[in-house]
Amino acid sequence: MDKVIIAQNLSLAYSKDETIINKANFSIDSGSFVFVTGASGSGKSTLLKSLYGALKPIEGSLVVGGVELCGISSKKLNFLRRHLGIVFQDYKLVKEWTIEKNIMLPLIINGYEKSITQSQVDSLLKHVKLQHQAGKYPLELSGGEQQRVAMARALAHNPILILADEPTGNLDDYSSQLIWNLLEGAHEQLKTTVIVVTHHIPETIKIDYKHYHIEFGDIHEVV
Amino acid sequence: MKSFKNHISLVIALVSILFSLQVFTIVERSIDAYKENLAQNYSLVVVSQKTLQKKELLDKITTLASIEQLSPDNVIKKLNTGISKKNKELLKVTLPKFYKLQLKIYPTPLQLQRLQKELLRYPYIVKVETFSNTHDTTYKLLLLFKNVIFILSLSIVLVTILLIFKELRIWQFKHNERMSIMGLFGAPAWLRSAVLFRLAIVDALIAFGISFVIFSYFSSSAWVSEQFANIGISVIVFDKVYDSLIMLGVSMTVSVLLASFIVLGHKEEV
Repeated sequence: MDKVIIAQNLSLAYSKDETIINKANFSIDSGSFVFVTGASGSGKSTLLKSLYGALKPIEGSLVVGGVELCGISSKKLNFLRRHLGIVFQDYKLVKEWTIEKNIMLPLIINGYEKSITQSQVDSLLKHVKLQHQAGKYPLELSGGEQQRVAMARALAHNPILILADEPTGNLDDYSSQLIWNLLEGAHEQLKTTVIVVTHHIPETIKIDYKHYHIEFGDIHEVV
Repeated sequence: MKSFKNHISLVIALVSILFSLQVFTIVERSIDAYKENLAQNYSLVVVSQKTLQKKELLDKITTLASIEQLSPDNVIKKLNTGISKKNKELLKVTLPKFYKLQLKIYPTPLQLQRLQKELLRYPYIVKVETFSNTHDTTYKLLLLFKNVIFILSLSIVLVTILLIFKELRIWQFKHNERMSIMGLFGAPAWLRSAVLFRLAIVDALIAFGISFVIFSYFSSSAWVSEQFANIGISVIVFDKVYDSLIMLGVSMTVSVLLASFIVLGHKEEV
């Protein structure tokens, strides 16, 4: 099976004297569903940031989608990010854009035609049950609704890899279930690799998944 | 309303810069026109022991516009106390020649001094009256007026630039978030900053449009023309081609520079 992520002796840090992930080795198969757990401050979000190139490794090698992230140029990084779908805990929606335009963002960046873009956005809005809110701005929506918009944006361009950082952290049960259903659906129907950083793996999850745990700077698989 | 607020601060700042520049241009043009007017009414008087070679002098001293001999009749008339006709004719021949010299420009006090020295180099020229006291006062008054307007315009431009820098920080804060989010989804630099540049260009065009309307109105205003006519000059208040191009250029440059500073100062979130 192809590996979508390969990390060898990967060390991550915000400052040189405080290593968060220390010489980690792991790989993730293409099309798998992975949970990454760990205590607060263990480095879960740091690991996720390194996967989309927001934090460069200080040591080792990290290959995502066949692209080495150590010493990557901004042009190559942009290219890689165009094939990722990222869901953030704080949603990261553009406040001055309507939710429709927010969902369109990866499609615009990837240069999709307007007609395709519109039909894809309409379909995603139905999936996240926000079709009647298309013209609203993010701040007019609840937290759960904003995260559903962020989810729709992450799925819009059929990415090879979805990275979700505590996607249901502050959400109500209804929105949380909707998010998990969408992530499961993307994994099952589109064979998208999904990596979710979370405190707790939901009991309602129906699919097979892998579980990695981060502790004391080390990443190990929980079998 | 939100969109209007996004534009208004930069537009006002740009309009005040354009307004200051154009006002300074108008003042400069008015002073030039007034100087031209003064030059027409201003002349030197030269006293010479022999007839001046007009062509030679006009060729050598390029600032001279014309040389006109003054008739000695008025002087002789004043001395007309029992002088015979024969003696009168003799006096006419022996009296020095008086000339009125007109200039092409309204000279600076320094130019006037140089001109006086140059004329006195001719051995037959015995006196050059420049009426320097009157000239100096008028010239200094014009210079003072020009400098005051220049300092005023410069102050407005400086204060506006400070306001623009303050606005820049607000824009930086506002646009950084969007640019970072776009960056996280792989938008190239030009696409990330496209909204910002579009906003900057639109604001520059709005500011130019407002200034164009204001100065077009002024240039066709009878009241403004009357003010210039009162001091005997005619000034182009607003050249719709030349001044428009300058205004558009300044407006575009300032706002595009502002947008560029924000793009260059943008740091990606970690």
